Amino acid sequence: MQRIGVFVCWCGSNIAATVDVEKVSEVLGHEPGVVFSTNYQYMCSQTGQDMIQSAIRDYKLTGVVICSCSPRMHETTFRRACEKAGLNPYLVEIANIREQCSWIHKDKAVGTEKAIILGRAAIAKVQLNRPLTAGESPVTKRALVIGGGIAGIQTALDIADAGFPVDIVEKKPTIGGKMTQLDKTFPTLDCAACILTPKMVEAAQNENIHIYSYSEVEAVKGFVGNFRVTIRKKARYVKEDVCTGCGLCTEKCPQKKVPNEFNLGLDTRRAIYIPFAQAVPKVATIDADYCRMLKEGKCGVCSKVCTAGAIDYKQKDELIEEAYGAIVVATGYNPIKLDKFDEFAYSQSPDVVSSLEFERLMNAAGPTGGVLLRPSDHTHPKTLVFVQCVGSRCDSEEKGKPYCSKICCMYTAKHAMLCREKYPDTEVYVFYIDVRTPGKNFDEFYRRAVEEYGVHYIKGMVGKVVPENGKLKVQASDLLDNRQLHIDADMVVLAAAIEPDESARPLATMLTASMDTNNFFTEAHPKLRPVESPTAGIFLSGACQGPKDIPETVAQAGAAASKAIGLLCKDHLTCNPCVAEPDELMCNGCSSCEKVCPYGAITYADKEFRGPNRTTLIRRVAQVNPAVCQGCGACTVACPSGAMDLKGFSNKQIMAEVDAICR
Amino acid sequence: MTFSYFPGCTLKTKGKELDRCGRESAAALGFELQELAQWQCCGAVYPMARDEIATRLSSVRALAAARDEGRELVTLCSACHHVIKRVNGDMKKDPEIRDKVNRYLQLEKPYAGETNVLHYLEVLRDRVGFGEVAKKVTHPLTGRKIGAYYGCLLLRPSKELGFDDPENPRILEDFIRAIGAEPVVYGMRNECCGGYTTIENKDYAKKNVAKIMANAKACGAEALITACPLCMYNLKENSEDGLPVYYFTELLAEALGLKEADA
Amino acid sequence: MSNSDLMETIGRISGVNPRKCMKCGKCSGACPAYDEMEFHPHQFVSMVESGRIDELMNSRGIYTCLSCFACVERCPRSVEPAKLIEAVRCACLRRQGMDHMKPEHIPAILDEDLPQQAVTSAFRKYRK
Repeated sequence: MQRIGVFVCWCGSNIAATVDVEKVSEVLGHEPGVVFSTNYQYMCSQTGQDMIQSAIRDYKLTGVVICSCSPRMHETTFRRACEKAGLNPYLVEIANIREQCSWIHKDKAVGTEKAIILGRAAIAKVQLNRPLTAGESPVTKRALVIGGGIAGIQTALDIADAGFPVDIVEKKPTIGGKMTQLDKTFPTLDCAACILTPKMVEAAQNENIHIYSYSEVEAVKGFVGNFRVTIRKKARYVKEDVCTGCGLCTEKCPQKKVPNEFNLGLDTRRAIYIPFAQAVPKVATIDADYCRMLKEGKCGVCSKVCTAGAIDYKQKDELIEEAYGAIVVATGYNPIKLDKFDEFAYSQSPDVVSSLEFERLMNAAGPTGGVLLRPSDHTHPKTLVFVQCVGSRCDSEEKGKPYCSKICCMYTAKHAMLCREKYPDTEVYVFYIDVRTPGKNFDEFYRRAVEEYGVHYIKGMVGKVVPENGKLKVQASDLLDNRQLHIDADMVVLAAAIEPDESARPLATMLTASMDTNNFFTEAHPKLRPVESPTAGIFLSGACQGPKDIPETVAQAGAAASKAIGLLCKDHLTCNPCVAEPDELMCNGCSSCEKVCPYGAITYADKEFRGPNRTTLIRRVAQVNPAVCQGCGACTVACPSGAMDLKGFSNKQIMAEVDAICR
Repeated sequence: MTFSYFPGCTLKTKGKELDRCGRESAAALGFELQELAQWQCCGAVYPMARDEIATRLSSVRALAAARDEGRELVTLCSACHHVIKRVNGDMKKDPEIRDKVNRYLQLEKPYAGETNVLHYLEVLRDRVGFGEVAKKVTHPLTGRKIGAYYGCLLLRPSKELGFDDPENPRILEDFIRAIGAEPVVYGMRNECCGGYTTIENKDYAKKNVAKIMANAKACGAEALITACPLCMYNLKENSEDGLPVYYFTELLAEALGLKEADA
Repeated sequence: MSNSDLMETIGRISGVNPRKCMKCGKCSGACPAYDEMEFHPHQFVSMVESGRIDELMNSRGIYTCLSCFACVERCPRSVEPAKLIEAVRCACLRRQGMDHMKPEHIPAILDEDLPQQAVTSAFRKYRK
């Protein structure tokens, strides 16, 4: 015999204004199975919760229905309260008579009737609820950080600091990411290498951090607390533990014509190379696409000159399997390719460059030694034109990105200022749509560029760049002065949009982490949970989640680390008990459920079953991992035989609700 | 390969060379352009107003005729190509226009954008192949530095014309290479020659053409080629001291050994 | 015609939503005929949105636009300013006695080489 208690909340006037709560509690009190029914202003308050707990004890309630706000608000609160009073927390049902009733109706009569119906449905359901116990799964106390840029490094340092071992997997031969290619950083104009390299070294020397450089994640299995990851360590053809980083091989290698990706193709490197002087690890790598020994079997100079004997042409890729409790994604960004924007003549003149290329030209360790020279003739440019928003804020999917790339207004102001400071005789124009400077000290920074350094900021856009006789003829609009400008520039710099790294999408599939249409990883809640993926155990750090500058990246990296630490601290994880459950006697192993599961929670096992005439059959049946299952219910819909059901939301329970509503 | 062919009125009169060389070269390259039995002037400009029906009709008649012959429709003149292709797009995508046009025309079978519209250059690139063209060249234009002049109508709006990259096209440069010459890329090759403003505002048209010519010259071009009779007129008449301008089919015919080289 | 009628007419003829414009000015930056117009492409969009159709209808720019589609191609928001300019021109020309070009003008401008497509285009653009 069920003994149900009904508690109707006023929620101040949020519910009581459009629903006659007294009437609702009175009518529901007469429902079959209900032995107690009351109403109160704030059920979630201490007084309200005490009321529920007393009723459970005094009336020996076997189930509780609370008519209140959305379960998203207080389901956990009420479940805990009932658990304290000795009632299984899964024998509690919430009827949402606020968001789904009082907040959308204006007529009190209609609202009251609807609230009664919703209450009835909850009562019908709770009578079929079974007590559920949340299970536990263990936690491997080790974290994986995918991506070794500033976001990945910072997250790893914070996790290591808390005492947990953490591995960084970085696909380039060195960690450091985009920040290694930057010259100075806004708004302080610190030298990027000066602030980054100490962190890179710290990461290398930290006992708790292990760096897998020139490596990529190949496969991910498992679930939160128990991930099993396969890492491919690509062959560098150099023994990492033997190479001293002396660099002799890079000076003697005869293959000199390899485009240097660190300098974005503005100069060349050798087939054996160390990306830059402060690389971590400082170990040479052989580029198999250009090495004569690896391609044709000739040469071998590096092996001859290496005093440490570190060259190994026979080295192979290595596959490493490792277990982790938490995974942090920090795969970063890249500027888009500019081939769809040739109105700016990017493909027609070497003097039209992207902002990252310009950054390399200004950098002392760059292809021109820090002297700003035109790539075409190595002369000093007297007139520079910067174009903002190339490929950002664009509603054509084929051409560009719909979002604002966030960092370009600031880095262009930085470029303009640095240029004017070094070369006061150079005229600098910036064509902008808006100047977006939301961070701390950002707007002051941009005003300095205009007021102190005399950068010409023009509201308007460049329509066409025509290379002619060594100059770049820029045609642009000046909206405030209402005229079309014709400027003979020596260099044009395009602020290209940024997009997530190409490794992001395949990685999202491997992790079953969700991603938006722009390939940014989606966060669990855009405001309240910005560093967690909806997939449990996966955390997000840096630009892979959305365009951001360095201060924000470091802040977010710390946040992701703290979430990961919170997970790794636990010895066990409590699972959600409202998970899918297959009826093995009805399951025919068709795999429909596995195909629709977004979390990879379903596997199959061959089990023995008793057949007729004392025979034993071995059948393939579905198995749900309760630690991974998030209770979405997709499998219950896909199952053609109805064998799959959801605990806490069974087919019977849902039908009982429908019947109650239709009465 | 036989295609239905829409010459356009100018190709029958002031632009005869464009047409004649086009047909002869087609024959030499192994495809046939069969002129539609009946066609009217396409209107020369695409009517952007969505509620104009009369100005779209002649294009639809040509398209329907090609459809009824079971062929693709080929044009040589950039302007005709622009108009007919965009009207075809309207018939495919805009139900209001399609409905009104069909009601007016009362064709036996209403037209819904079934015909594929190709420019002669697309035939060369996609159906014949520039490699094949190069093989059939007997008089390669070796050493000649030729700038392609696309003008505006062949390439834009790229979403509707889908001809080539609107800012960095290569089809004419590939064509120039196929006939043995050296293409010269210059920034003003896709900027408007002035078009019909030469009628009202000749000074402005002259200014525009001067910019184009200066840029082409500065980048090393010795001659220009174009596919549009109006561009040809503007580039010749409105420039002082300009480069020689040819129809691309004239040079194609020359390379295929079909005519005497122009001085 | 009242202003709201005019705005409805422009919207119907062009099919353009001027609110998509983010006021970047790239259309005017790309326009080769900028100096021949007193209201430039970006102003067309802005003035249509704020309802100043009369001023646009009395402007020179509607006849000096080349319909070269540079503004349409380069606009990052797919606003299509050329269609707005054409719509304003149509609204003008469709009125009685507002033809910008008359057949009597033609003989004076003809020359041996002028392709008739030039005359046809001009007629289509400047007369209704």
